[in-house]
Amino acid sequence: MAGPTTTSLAVKSAQAAGPRTIRNPWWVRVAFMTIAFAFVAFFLVLPLAAVFGEALRKGVGAFFLAFADPDALSAIKLTLTTAAIAVPANLVFGVAASWCIAKFDFRGKSILTTLIDLPFAVSPVISGLIYVLVFGAQGWYGQYLNAEAPWFPALQAWLIAQDFKIIFAVPGIVLATIFVTFPFVARELIPLMQAQGSDEEYAALTLGANGWQTFWYVTLPNIKWGLFYGVILCNARAMGEFGAVSVVSGHIRGETNTMPLHVEILYNEYNFVAAFAVSSLLALLALVTLVLKSFIEWQHTRSRSLKASES
Amino acid sequence: MSLSTLKSRAFRRRILPGFGLSLGFTLAYLGLIVLIPLSAAFIRSSGMSWEEFGAAVASPRVLASYKLSFGVSLLAASVNAFFGFILAWVLVRYTFPGRGVIDALVDLPFALPTAVAGIALTAIYAGNGWVGQWLEPAWAAGVRHLGERMPGIDWAGWLGTKLAFDRAGVFIALTFIGLPFVVRTVQPVIAELQPELEEAAATLGANRWQTMTRVILPELMPALITGFALAFARALGEYGSVVFIAGNQPMHSEITPLLIITKLEQYDYRGATAIACVMLVASFVLLLLINLLQKWSRRYHQV
Repeated sequence: MAGPTTTSLAVKSAQAAGPRTIRNPWWVRVAFMTIAFAFVAFFLVLPLAAVFGEALRKGVGAFFLAFADPDALSAIKLTLTTAAIAVPANLVFGVAASWCIAKFDFRGKSILTTLIDLPFAVSPVISGLIYVLVFGAQGWYGQYLNAEAPWFPALQAWLIAQDFKIIFAVPGIVLATIFVTFPFVARELIPLMQAQGSDEEYAALTLGANGWQTFWYVTLPNIKWGLFYGVILCNARAMGEFGAVSVVSGHIRGETNTMPLHVEILYNEYNFVAAFAVSSLLALLALVTLVLKSFIEWQHTRSRSLKASES
Repeated sequence: MSLSTLKSRAFRRRILPGFGLSLGFTLAYLGLIVLIPLSAAFIRSSGMSWEEFGAAVASPRVLASYKLSFGVSLLAASVNAFFGFILAWVLVRYTFPGRGVIDALVDLPFALPTAVAGIALTAIYAGNGWVGQWLEPAWAAGVRHLGERMPGIDWAGWLGTKLAFDRAGVFIALTFIGLPFVVRTVQPVIAELQPELEEAAATLGANRWQTMTRVILPELMPALITGFALAFARALGEYGSVVFIAGNQPMHSEITPLLIITKLEQYDYRGATAIACVMLVASFVLLLLINLLQKWSRRYHQV
């Protein structure tokens, strides 16, 4: 599903159009702008304002009190840990996938590209459910632990001795997060590397560089903005994922609650100020993501127009 | 195919290193993270008998949730198609202070965690909320008025009488999360519209309305439909933002993803898996459709 979550950098920089020669009559322009502004105000500006407004409703003291709660701190820690594992994992995958898809021809390439986008088409709730089916107590993993004559009995004994749990524990949360953020980096890098071609890599190899040197000194500098773009979007989703994580987490306070899940618990306990205070951190993350995203788009357009003026 | 591309194809495979490593890693990671877990849903439900499967996916409560999820997702995607087109047009064609800010803000529904969006929208549109305190009485009066004018239809049952904690809340949440799709698919196409088309239409005597409906809209149609389909697909699976604002009354404002969660909480894994399979098939059909739409749209714009 190309384009479901983001416009790629390549598309973004193509659109730099000024006003045209023919314009609509003034009243059409006024009507269009009024409708557009009202839509933006009711669906984008107000929700954002509501998060901060509700968080500060009872003053700054009540706002900061929400973060004195050890459960809130452990939720923040778990969210950061999850993102710190999920984002690098998908980053490595994204680079590997885009390298083989953009630089080589092989059969089934378009199927592979479609399969990479698959997680975006799946409902977050189902993304969590499938991991419960594989790793839950009723799932394949649970069946393995209870099996009388398992493969690798030593592994089974070790897992039981360690009491290694995946569902309703941190590994499940990380896995579900990796699943929902799976395509972000790859889908950003594939079109970028395809557009750039391989000529510079050939030149590096001709000049005696080995494979890793070619990648580090030639490919990576070329794709660094696309990489960064994919990473910040991946990170925003990883930290904010709710549905998938909610299914696998088990909601154990102070242990398996991420920030969005902590928000839900506070909200359902009618502790609105604290819920919105934690939410405001997440909203801040969203705003930083949008600013960085715009910055990269601006940087990309600029470097392209610089290159265009040089040649 | 020219000689040089033939040559470079033959070269590519041999010269650049890392094909085996990167493809192997990609396939292994894809299989472990995506394909095996996804296949689990189908394998687990294949153990059910047809009667059991049918009972799980077609009970009245589940059918009511499909109707709500599909119906409201369609409605929200249509509303997004209309407003998204206008917003994209304004962002491309008009210059005004703060255009860059609004352009960046369009992606907010992608960046804002859905749970945060859900409670924020509730704070705005609930009966005692920022906007809801004025809008909800108007909504209730409107529904009552419809009921008096056209008594044949159960308007209050269909539309609900409240904004938040009712069907209208589902609509608000799904409109929010689908907002960027239409704007982001239509925006680049508007930017690349050739001014000559409009000039030609004008010289041939078309007025602005005719130019809009006969020249510009047909040109934008593939992108508009693609954006609509993307917003619809996203709305169908959405969970986080909806549960806070929907009220979640069974048979009335309960969406299908929530029903899967409810079944899981009752340890009805087979029931949850069966419904998940129905939703997965719907998503895959949509994915296929969207891929075809995008191919069509690309071909349309090359000609």
